[in-house]
Amino acid sequence: MDWARRVWMRMRSLLRARENTRQLDDEVQFHLEQQIAENVAAGMSREEARHAALRVFGNPDVVKEETQDTWGWIRLEQAVRDLRNGARSLWRTPWFALAAVFVMALGIGATTAMFTVVRSVLLEPLPYKEPNRLLRLYEYFDERFKLNASAPAVFAEWKKQNSHLLDLAIFSFRTEYNLSETGGQLPEKVPGAECSASLFTTFAVQPAIGRTFTTEEDQPSANGTVVLSWGLWKRRFGGDASILGQTIRLDAKPYTVIGIMPAWFAYPEQNAQLWTPIYHEESADDMQALDNHSFGAVGRLKPGATGAEAKAELSVITKRLHDEHKDNPFVSKGADTRPLLEDVVGDVKTPLYVLLAATGCFLLIACLNVASLLVARAATRRRELAIRTALGGSRWRLLAEHLTESFVLAAASGVTGLLLAYAVVQWFVTARPDVSRVEGIRIDGWVAAFAAGLVFLCALFAGMLSMLSDSDLQVLSALQESSRSHSAGQARVGLRKWLLSLEVGLTVVLLIGAGLLLKSYQQLRSTDLGCITDDVLTMHFSLPDAAYKQSAGRVNFYETLLQRVRALPGVDAATFTRMVPGEGYGGDSGFAIVEHPPLPQGQYNLGVVRWVDPGYFAALGIPLVRGQTFAANQRLDKADEVIVSEELVRQYFPGEDPMGKHLLTIGRSFRVVGVAGDTRYLAAQAPRPMMYFPLYTAVYGSVPNSGTLAVRSSGDVTKLALPVQRIVQQLDPDLPVSDVLTMEQIIGRSTLSASFDAMLLLAFAALSLVLAATGLFGVLSYVATQRTAEIGVRIALGAQRSEVLRLMVWDGLRPAGTGLLLGLAGSVVVTRVIRDLLYGVKPLDVSVFIVVTVLLLTVTGVACALPALRASRLDPVQALRNE
Amino acid sequence: MGKPSDLVQGTLDLLILKTISLEPKHGWAIAKRIQQISREVLQVQQGSLYPALHRLEQRGWIKAKWKESETGRKAKFYSLTASGRAQLEKEAENWNRLSTAINLVVETS
Repeated sequence: MDWARRVWMRMRSLLRARENTRQLDDEVQFHLEQQIAENVAAGMSREEARHAALRVFGNPDVVKEETQDTWGWIRLEQAVRDLRNGARSLWRTPWFALAAVFVMALGIGATTAMFTVVRSVLLEPLPYKEPNRLLRLYEYFDERFKLNASAPAVFAEWKKQNSHLLDLAIFSFRTEYNLSETGGQLPEKVPGAECSASLFTTFAVQPAIGRTFTTEEDQPSANGTVVLSWGLWKRRFGGDASILGQTIRLDAKPYTVIGIMPAWFAYPEQNAQLWTPIYHEESADDMQALDNHSFGAVGRLKPGATGAEAKAELSVITKRLHDEHKDNPFVSKGADTRPLLEDVVGDVKTPLYVLLAATGCFLLIACLNVASLLVARAATRRRELAIRTALGGSRWRLLAEHLTESFVLAAASGVTGLLLAYAVVQWFVTARPDVSRVEGIRIDGWVAAFAAGLVFLCALFAGMLSMLSDSDLQVLSALQESSRSHSAGQARVGLRKWLLSLEVGLTVVLLIGAGLLLKSYQQLRSTDLGCITDDVLTMHFSLPDAAYKQSAGRVNFYETLLQRVRALPGVDAATFTRMVPGEGYGGDSGFAIVEHPPLPQGQYNLGVVRWVDPGYFAALGIPLVRGQTFAANQRLDKADEVIVSEELVRQYFPGEDPMGKHLLTIGRSFRVVGVAGDTRYLAAQAPRPMMYFPLYTAVYGSVPNSGTLAVRSSGDVTKLALPVQRIVQQLDPDLPVSDVLTMEQIIGRSTLSASFDAMLLLAFAALSLVLAATGLFGVLSYVATQRTAEIGVRIALGAQRSEVLRLMVWDGLRPAGTGLLLGLAGSVVVTRVIRDLLYGVKPLDVSVFIVVTVLLLTVTGVACALPALRASRLDPVQALRNE
Repeated sequence: MGKPSDLVQGTLDLLILKTISLEPKHGWAIAKRIQQISREVLQVQQGSLYPALHRLEQRGWIKAKWKESETGRKAKFYSLTASGRAQLEKEAENWNRLSTAINLVVETS
C-alpha cells in the first residue's frame, strides 16, 4: 500500500504543482520571519536580523528547488518537456514531419493490416472443439493426384479398420439445392453439403436447436431430413423454431427439418447453408465404389495419436484395398492427412505471408528513410548540440531529446497507420472474398498491441540510428568544423550511405518479387483458353430431379431453351455445357480404347469429361481439327459419338488416326467422330486430355441435369442477361439461375489471387523505389551543400565541371550499386519462396532481373544527377563568398 | 549539497520524527527544538530541513496542516502519522543499537 500512497501523493503534487509551490514559498517565508523576529528579540536591528537569518538559511531559492525535487516525478516532467521540445522542433519543420509521418504511417498501416489478415486467417485456431486434433483425410493416388478426394468404399474401410481416429466423416464438396415451396416464397438456389451423420460428432458440435442426423436417417431408404444453418433459418424462416419437424422442399423433394446449427458452424464450404445425410442423397452404387473419387473426408484424432500415425494406418488400409483390386486401376495406393486448418487456408498461406513480408520490408525501408532524414537533421543541428554540450547540457538529456523526437514521429505515424490499417482491412475483405475465413478478419487488442510494438521498434530503430551517428560528438571539432566546413561530417554521411545501400537492396528484392508476380499474372491472363472469351455470357442452373425425372423432359428443356435464346436479337450463338473452359476441372473418367490391346494391370487412360450440345464448338470458336460435331440423331440411348481433344490424341493415339476408333467409357462404347482443339479447364493449368459427349446422352440412364448456358454476342453481351433469364423463367418459373458471369469474369475470378498479389507487391515496390530515390537525392543534396566550398575551390583551381559532375554522381551511385548487388543476391534466395505463386515464369527470370537493374540504375541515376548537376554549375566566387 | 555535514546520514529523519512525536510543530520550531534539546550541539542545516520534511511527507510518515502559529500567522504544522510512529520506533531502535555498538567499540579500545 505504501507505493500506492506514494503514487497518490505524487499525482496530487503533480496536479497541484502551482498551489504547492505557493505554499512552499509561504512556508519558507514564515521560517525566515520567525528567525528575523528571534534575531530582533536578541537585540539586532531589523536589517541586521534579516541578513543574519538569510545567512543561516542559505539561498531560499535553492532550498525551494531542492524541496521541490522531493515531490518526485521530476523524470516524468522532464519527459513531458522533452516531448514538448520534440514536438515543437518537428512543428518548426512541418514538411519534414509530414513526410516522415506519412511514410512511416504507410508502412505501419500496411504491415498492421497484413498482420491482422494473417492472424485472423492463418493463425487463429478453427472455432471447433480441440481443433488441432481435426484432420483432413485424402487418398494418395499418384504423384499427380497427391491429395486426392476420397472414394466412399475406401472411406468405409478407413472407418471400419482404423484405430487412431476417434471418429471420421465423409462429405460432398459443392452441392446446391433448389429450395422452394415454403410459404409462397421465391425458389432459390442454396449451397449446402451432403455429409455423413458422423460429421457433427467428428467436429464435436451440437446443433443450436433440435438434433442432427441419426445413422438410420443416413441411409437410402430413410425419409429426407435436413439440418439448416443459422443464417438460412433466420433469413428464410424468420428464426421461427416451429420450423423444426416441418417439411421443406429441396429439388422438389420433401425433407423434414430436424435441427439448426449454431451461427459459427460452416463446413465444408464457408457458405454452406444446409446439410443433408449423404448416404440418403447419393445412390447406393456410388457409395460403394472404390474409384469414385468425389468426396472429402475429415477425422478427429484420438487423444495422444498423431497425424503421421493416422496417415500410416490409413495408407496400409488403402494399399490393401488396392492390392485386392488389381483389376481396377483407379483404386488409390495410399492415404494422406493434413491438419484441418492447413486444408482450409492452404491456398492463401504463401501469398499472405509473402505480402506480410513485403509490407514488413516496406516498413523497414520507410524506417531507414526516416532514420536517414533524422541523421541529416542531427547533422545540421550539430553545432547547436555542441554549444549546448559546451554550456553544460547533460549528454543524456540531449540524446533523450533525440529519441523523443523519433518517438513523437513514430507515435503520430502509429495512430495514422492504425486508421489506415482499419481502412485497408475493410478493403481487403471486400476485395478478396475468395480467401477462406475472410469473414473472421477484425482488428482487436492484439492488433493494436502489434501496432504499438511496431511504433516502439520504429522509434527505437530510427532514433538509435540517428543517435549512433551522433555518438562521436566531439564538442570542439564540431564547433571548429561548422565554422569552416570543407568536407564536413564525412562519418555521418558514411552512415547514411550504408542506410541507403540497405534501402536500395530491400527495394531491389521487392521490385524483383513484384516483377516476377506481375509477369506471371500477365502470362496467366494472356493464356489462350483455346476458345472465344470476349463477349460471352454464362449462367448456371440445375434441373430438379422431381420435375425433370425423365431424360426426355430434360432434353426438351435444353432444346427449347437454346432455340429461344438463339432467336433473341443480338445473340450470335448459344450453347449448353457442363462447364465452359476456365470454369474448373469438373470431373474425369477412365476409358479403354476398343481397338487397342488391353492395358497392363495398374495402367489407365484418363480423360476430363464434358457434355456439350452440338453447337458448342461453333459457339465458343473451338476449332474442330478433324471430323465434325455430333449428328442430330445423337440422343438418349442412341448416342454413341465422342469428340476428343488434341491432347488426348497426343497421349493415347500417338502416330495413329483416332477417327472411327471406339472409346469404352461411362458404361458404353463411343465412336470418335471428331478432334477438337485443346482448351484449358483453368487458366493456370495445362490442357488435359478431354472427351466431349453429346449433351443429350443418357449416361447411366439419365441426361445431365445441370450445367452452364453460354451466350455469345457481337455487342454488349451483359445486356442479354435479363432477356435470357426471362426466357428461363417462361420455361420454368420455379427454376433459379445462378452465377451470371461473363467469361472474362470467370477467368478474373480464377486469377484474382494472382492479380491481387502482383498489384499489391508492385505498389509496395514502386513506393520503396520512390523512397530509395528520395533518400539518395536527399543525401547527395546534403553532401553537395556541405562540399560547396570544396567544389568552389576545385573549380576555381581549374577543375573541369564534367569532372565535378562525375565525382558527385559517382559518390551517389556507389551506395546504389552496393545496394543493387545486395538486392540481387538477396533476390536469388527470396524468389525461391514465391516459386509456388509463379506461373510460366522461373524464379530467376533473367528479363525481370535485367529490367529491375536498369530501372533502378535509371531512377537512382536521376536522383544522383540532379544534385550533381547543381554542384557542377556552382559559381566558384559565389561559393567561396558564402563561407 | 543536500546532506547534513554534521549529522550522520539518515539521522535527520529520526530527529524530525522524534521532535514532532509529542505535538505538531512547524519547520522553524523543529529546527529550534533540535538545537535546544541537543544543547546547541546539533545545528540543523535549514537547506536540508525542508527537503527532508517534504520527503517524509511524500513517504506518508508525517502529515502537514496549516494552522495559526503562536504569533498569529498561518504556518505549516507537521505531525506524525500512524506509519510515521512505527517508523520512528524502528529508527530509534536502530539508532540505539548502532550507538551502543559504537560505544562498545570506542570504550574497549
